[in-house]
Formats: sequence, C-alpha cells, structure tokens
Amino acid sequence: MPLRETSRKGGSLSERSERTPERGVARNGNSHHRELGLTDSEYEQIVDRLDREPNPTELAIFSLMWSEHCAYKHSRKLLRKLPTEGAHVVMGPGENAGAVDVGDGLAVAFKVESHNHPSAVEPFQGAATGVGGILRDVFAVGARPIAVLDSLRFGELDSPRSRYLLDGAVAGIGHYGNSIGVATVGGEIYFEGSYEQNCLVNAMCVGIASRERLIRSAAAGHGNLVVLLGALTGRDGIGGASVLASAELGADGADRRPSVQIGDPFEEKKLLECSLALLDRGLLRSLQDLGAAGLSSSVSEMASKGGVGIDLDVSKVPLREAGMEPFEVMISESQERMLCVVEPELLDEVLATCANWDVTATAIGSVTQTGSLRIFSGQAPAGDLPVSALVDDCPLYDLDPQPPSAPLYDPPPRRLANDCETHATLLALLASPNVASKRWAFEQYDALVGSRTARRPQSADAAVLSLHHDGTSGALAVAIDGNGRRVSCDPYLGAAEAVLECARNLACVGAEPLGLTNCLNFGNPEKPHVAWQLTRAVEGMADACRALRVPVVGGNVSLYNEGPAGPIFPTPVVGMVGSLPDARRATGSAFLEPGHAIALIGPFSPDLRGSELEKLRGGLADSLPQIDLGAQVEALAAVRAAVRAGRLASAHDVSDGGLACALAESCVAGGVGARVNAAAPMQASSLDDLLFGEGAGGVVVSGPSEAIAELVEAAGSVPVEPLGTVGGHVLELTAGAASLSVPVEELRAAYEGGLPDRLS
Amino acid sequence: MRFGVVRFPGSCDEVDALLACRRFADAELLWHGDRSLGGVDAVVIPGGFSYGDYLRVGAIARFSPIMAAVAAFARDGGPVLGICNGFQVLCEADLLPGALLPNTGLRFLCRQVDLTVDHADSPFTRALAPGDILSLPVKHGAGRFYAPDDDLRGLEENNQVALRYALGENPNGSLNDIAGVTNAAGNVLGLMPHPEHAAHPLSGSTDGGRLLQSAAHACASNARAVA
Repeated sequence: MPLRETSRKGGSLSERSERTPERGVARNGNSHHRELGLTDSEYEQIVDRLDREPNPTELAIFSLMWSEHCAYKHSRKLLRKLPTEGAHVVMGPGENAGAVDVGDGLAVAFKVESHNHPSAVEPFQGAATGVGGILRDVFAVGARPIAVLDSLRFGELDSPRSRYLLDGAVAGIGHYGNSIGVATVGGEIYFEGSYEQNCLVNAMCVGIASRERLIRSAAAGHGNLVVLLGALTGRDGIGGASVLASAELGADGADRRPSVQIGDPFEEKKLLECSLALLDRGLLRSLQDLGAAGLSSSVSEMASKGGVGIDLDVSKVPLREAGMEPFEVMISESQERMLCVVEPELLDEVLATCANWDVTATAIGSVTQTGSLRIFSGQAPAGDLPVSALVDDCPLYDLDPQPPSAPLYDPPPRRLANDCETHATLLALLASPNVASKRWAFEQYDALVGSRTARRPQSADAAVLSLHHDGTSGALAVAIDGNGRRVSCDPYLGAAEAVLECARNLACVGAEPLGLTNCLNFGNPEKPHVAWQLTRAVEGMADACRALRVPVVGGNVSLYNEGPAGPIFPTPVVGMVGSLPDARRATGSAFLEPGHAIALIGPFSPDLRGSELEKLRGGLADSLPQIDLGAQVEALAAVRAAVRAGRLASAHDVSDGGLACALAESCVAGGVGARVNAAAPMQASSLDDLLFGEGAGGVVVSGPSEAIAELVEAAGSVPVEPLGTVGGHVLELTAGAASLSVPVEELRAAYEGGLPDRLS
Repeated sequence: MRFGVVRFPGSCDEVDALLACRRFADAELLWHGDRSLGGVDAVVIPGGFSYGDYLRVGAIARFSPIMAAVAAFARDGGPVLGICNGFQVLCEADLLPGALLPNTGLRFLCRQVDLTVDHADSPFTRALAPGDILSLPVKHGAGRFYAPDDDLRGLEENNQVALRYALGENPNGSLNDIAGVTNAAGNVLGLMPHPEHAAHPLSGSTDGGRLLQSAAHACASNARAVA
C-alpha cells in the first residue's frame, strides 16, 4: 500500500517510496531488522546515519527507539494540530507528564497512558504495570501522585474472554493502586464487540507539587553521574510494551505472555518516596522513569533533551539474573526503575537517602559532551550511537487518510425490539453494562487514601480532590471520558464530544478546565480508513480544545489495536483537570430534597444516532448530530457559575442512555423519586429521541425553586427548561401523550444489578 | 498529648492518620527502623501494606525494630490503635487476639459501612457509648476477623469486642460481625474500618474523629491524674 514517507535527515528533504517487505534489500543481505520490526528503508537510513552497519546491540536499540510506541512515527505530525499552549501551562508535551498551575504556588502534573496490548495478553499484570508506569511518569516530574483514573474497554460481557479480561484488569489496577497508596477516584468502562480481541486499558495519574519542585528530564553537566534507582534488571519484559504495542495482535496472544512485565507495587512505593525525598533535598539535576524500551529509551531521551552524550557501563547495572547480554540490559523493561543525574559530590548523600528507603542505587554512567550514547561492558565497547539518530531522526510517516466507502463495523446484535414499551426500555438501558453502575469495579479500588477525596466515584460527575490539607477549600476536579462507538459514527464530532463531555463533568462540580491529556487508541494507521479516523478525531479534539481554551499538555498514542476481525472503534480518551474554589460547593448527581425543582440546562438536541438505545436495537449510525461549539462553551460556563454560587443541590450530565437515564440516576443516587414533564422542549423528533436520545450539551440540575429561577435569569441565551419536581418514591415521566412511572427501587435494581448480574 | 504514627516503608494511610490525629492533639511520624517511640502518649499503626505484604499480611512488620518498642509500650498499658494493616500487624505481633483472613468475596472492598459500638472501655472508645452507630469506610482485601471457637468465646465474655458491623453491613465475613477488638487489658484496639478517613467534614462523616478525640482526652486526663 502506498505510504508517503518523510525523512527528517538534513532538513525538509522528503522522499516517496513504496514500503513493501520485498523491496529494498538491506545492504548486509540479511533480514534480522525485519524480525525486529524495522523496514528495509528504515534499516538503510540507520546505516546511512551511522555510516556503517549497526552491531546487534545497536540494532536492537534502534528497533525499539524507532518503534511506533517510542517514536510516534505515524502520529507525531498529526499531533501538532493540537493546541498545547495556555495561561496555566507549566510543562507541555514532551516531558514525562504535563503540568498546569493551580495557584497558591502549586502545580498539578498529569498524564494518561495506555497499556492495551500487555493487558490483552495478561490482564492482571498488564493493567497493574500500566498503573505503575503512569505513576512513575508523574513522580518523574517531581509531583506526588494523588489520584488515578482508568478508562477501560472490553468486548461484550456475553464473552467469557471479556469477563476474564475485565476481572483481571480491574483486580490488577486495584492491586497496584491500593498497594502503593494512591487513590483511584474515577474512570469509565465500556463494552463493545470491537474490543473483543483488543481490550483497552488506559490509566491516568494526577500528581501535585510545589511549582519550584517540578523537575525536567534533560541530562546536564559534563561529568555528572547517571544513577539507576530501584528494581533489579532482568530478562522480564524484553521487548514488552514497545514490541507488543507496535504491531497487531494475532488471534492468540498467549505466546507473548512472557513479554508482559510483572509489577511490584511495594518496590514502587519505596521508589516513589525515595525519589520525592531526593528532590526535597535538592540532590538531583534531572529525573526520568524507565518505561518502554527500558534504559535505551530513558538514556537517549535524557541525553537528547539536554543536548549531551551519555556513557553507560552495562556491567554496573544490578541484574536479576546472571549472564545477561549488553543488549538485554539495554532493552529490558523490568518495572520500578528510575534514572537520575547527580553531581558527583552529591552521590554519597543520594546513596544514603536511597539506603534509608531500601532502594538500590547504582552509578552506571556519566554525562559527556560527545552527543553519543556510548555503551560499555566494563572496558569493552558495546555500542556507539548518535543520540540525535536515535531520538530525532526516526522517519515520520504521513498518513494516507481516506474515508471508508463501506461501513467498517458490523452492527451490534439486537437485544431490544423496536416496539419494546418505554418502561422496559428504560430498565434495559439502566441495566445495560455501558450505562449501569460500575460499583462492582470501583469498590475494588481504594478511593480515599491520601485524604483528599471530597467526591467519591458515582457521587458526582467528576472526582473532587482537596488541594490542601489545611482545611482551606480549593480543590481539583478530574474526569476521563471517551465513547468509541460515537467516534466510529463520526470521528470528528465524536472526539469533540469526548472533550466537551469531560468539560461538562467538570462544570457539574463547578470546576474550570485547566488542561487536558489524551490517549488516542486506534487501529493500524497504515490503513487509510484508520488514518482517516485518526486524522478526523484529532481535528475534532483540537477544535473543541480551542473552543474551550484548554491546552493539551501531554498524552499517549496507542495504534495497531486490531486483529483479524478488524480495528477497534476509534477511541480517543480524554482526561481533564480543572480547579474549583470551594470543594464544599461541588454538587453531586443525587436529587436531595423533596420539593426541589428540576431543570435541564444547555443546548441539548437528543438524537438516537450513536446512542445506547440504538445499540440495543442492533443499529450503528454513520453520522452524529452537529455541535455548536460556541453554544456548548457558553452553557458550560453557565453550569459552572450556578454550581459555584452554591445554590444548586445536584448537577448531572445527560450522557449514555439519554435524559431518562440521567433522571433515573439522580433518583437512584438520592433515593428519592421525581415528577417530570418533558414537554419536548428539545428539538426531539420522537418520544424515543426525547427520552433516550444522546448528544452533547445537556445537564440535569435540581435545587430550591428560587435557585432554578435565578439560574434561568443568569443563564442569558443558554436554554434552561423547567422539567419538574423532586419527591416521592417513583420516577414519573410524562412526555406528550406518553407517560411512564417506575419505582425508584426498580430503577436501582436495574442500575446497580447490570454488572454484577452479568458477572456472577 | 502527642500521638505517634508508625511509618513502615509500605504504609499508605500514615499521613492520613497523622492529619486526623492533629485535629485533636499533637502528632508525629515514627520510623519503622527506630527502636524508640520518642515519648509519645499513644501509638497509631496505620493502614497500608507494611512491607509489601505479598505473603501473609503483617507477618514481616512484627519483626521491625519499632514493633519491639510498641510491644513494650502496650504491655505497660500505653494506648495503641491499629487501623486496617495496623490491626493485622498487631494480631501478628500477638498484641491482639485473632487473625485477619482474606475477605469471603476474595476481592478488595472499599465501601462506607455502619458500625455499632459494643464495648466502650478502651481509651479510644471511652467517649462513646455502647449502641452508638458510627459511619466509617472500610478498604481492605484481608479483613475477615477469625479466632478459634474457644478464643472467640473468651473475647466475647471478656467484653473485648469494641465494634461490630451493623446488621447487614459485614463486608468481609468476619465472625460475629466483629470489626474491632481490644486486648484483655483494653489499652490496645484494632479495627478494620478507617477512623482517619472519617475525621474531616469533606469526607462525609466525622465519626472516626471521635475515636481519636476519645484517646486524646483519655491521655490528657491520665496526665492530669498522674500530675
């Protein structure tokens, strides 16, 4: 297939070539590089750059550094479309995690990252080490991790494999987060057939630091020492994340199970406390975690950012097993390791601090002025690679986006008849795994450790965390969102919706977004229709971010999520961090007081395209309703202002399952009924659209009737429609001639039973 | 009055306990490698995974240097509170009766539960009354209280059961719905629920603060009596 390929060597020279395995036989006549995932053309560029053939160690390092996972070679150009600058940005993309200023001298660092392929092979350890990896990214910039959120995707729960993956991934996330003592405060889980082979496990971590303590990863200072901290280096995970994440999984990934790493949260807990203690004492020049491609990647990136060289002696690396080859030491993905740069006179103090935390620390190299990564094994040279070749010269590929001419995905199996009556439809939606309560999962996570959690899972649309421990009220709100099925209907609008939904969840607790992190989970980008999904989704995300003035400060791309049955739904996942002045005023989603008025605020045009009801009826649309970004942003400001004023009792975003499900969820959360007359204020074309249609922009609020009257007054051009009153033990919904009346306990049984009933 | 909160390398809730204690008295962290309690008036062993706890929970912590000092302090009648992992550690150290086994559901569980105060004789419960209902969160994978029949009968007869899960609230299969027990002398209390996560109004309940406040008062009046 044709693929435009651009070499960045020597400036803007670009060349076109056909990329087929048969063409362009490598100069050395063998094809070892192909087994390592490098194309013949890439191999030739390596030889050109080195002016010689690479030795096996060097080739192994190149193959990982130039892998999709490390080099973003199919996405880097596209990512430039995303806005990355804003008033609050302290660290943008390129560091281990992005960071924004939250006032009072504090910064919040955060990032979302995928661990999809390892989790599809071994869900418990795959998900656990995904959490471990994202935690390291955050404390690598000097921030103390305070919260984890997870975005998970599996196949339908009818499938034993999906139940196994769900069970293992949730247990693995809990195992790591609970053991290390970082609260898991939020997340989302969706089940769709397209994730049957490739589940998605995206983990987001949020950390906090004083602005001055943030540290970058650039190595600096000729003669400074490079010190490896943490776990011993073993053969585990050789070529793990970087290899797994850079190619499609076959029908059975079980043979790759040995390349999944094993997590040790106790080791990481010590490493975390030790790293922060080293930073508190001002002992480090720079800090970097070891992730995919292990030492190779960490050392090259530290050297590249600092514009320096590094000499490494692999014989000094403490090993888990004897007899490891230099290349194995360089590419091992053993977990729970960090790399830091230390001035020689401070080494003893660094080693003493590490000993106090029982963390192994070893000087394994030094910063040089050579601009090269030189690897030694004792005195013997084992490799000599220009850092720029490893990090900057990886060829970047232009995508060849083409909209598909035929539907890419089979419609889902029908589970509900079109003429199913309204009452049963509502209960079926509430019990549908995508809508139903995720209590089964989140009760397996410690949501409280750290004493910052002011709004727990399912109690509000976003998690709320106190910024301070001194009783002052400033707080953070965090949420993570993404609906792959809707993105499959229209990648541009679906991705924009994900950004808007995240911002809406923040607005529901009174928070203003400060920054965004994303994880782009897609199929094989070398296929034109996947390239099209990716391109359109990034464009939609970029436009929504610009409208909201929210910068993207970091993220991750996970490609090749496809198997023989085709690609996953295009799944951009958006994590957002915002701030609010007063955690006590963060509203929950529960209706609280009988007699409170209920209203719908926002430009909401419910539509069945891409909805959960459409899915239950066996449909999959090829379009979504249009969005007026300006009106959306205005509505978010109105919701935020109303919540901050402290007059509302609840605010809950209309999302999966539409207005009827949002109302039902607020009833269940509050243990109270409601009488609602949805008199088709929203441009709904049918009763189904009105009750169960989805789309961006709607928030159900409740409060004393004066508060709702004030809201109407203050909202200006933002639509606010009175819907009814809180009270009783039944949700009574009237819409035109139709009406339904469901006891709250019946709603609760459906909503709370949806997951456990399918898992027992 | 000063609380000391023990910090093992794998402790998770030590700062939480410190913050909660400071609402009612002075408090400081005690390092697991030290052999002295530094003159504190009450000791809290916090939640977490003391030394990773990959084998049996709390089994390694009992051998740490600080635990010798805690044991001596407890034998002298000093107030000691073990929360979650701290409870597990105190059972392993033989400072409390019974053992904590994996939850019957075999899953970690984080959930707010109601407890009833059964016997209120320990320094941590003296300010409470039998029958009081407390709302505290649990979060553990191994919180099923177990003791052999004879020991269990002895515990009940000696009024050592301080806290029970309210009817229908037992999250882990604990025998007799036991959520917290004291030693025979009553100065050491272990419980699986987390009082330190129910001390600040933003946490939704301040019932846990009552246990710490009770100990702060008990120590202060003790000090007055001695003076």
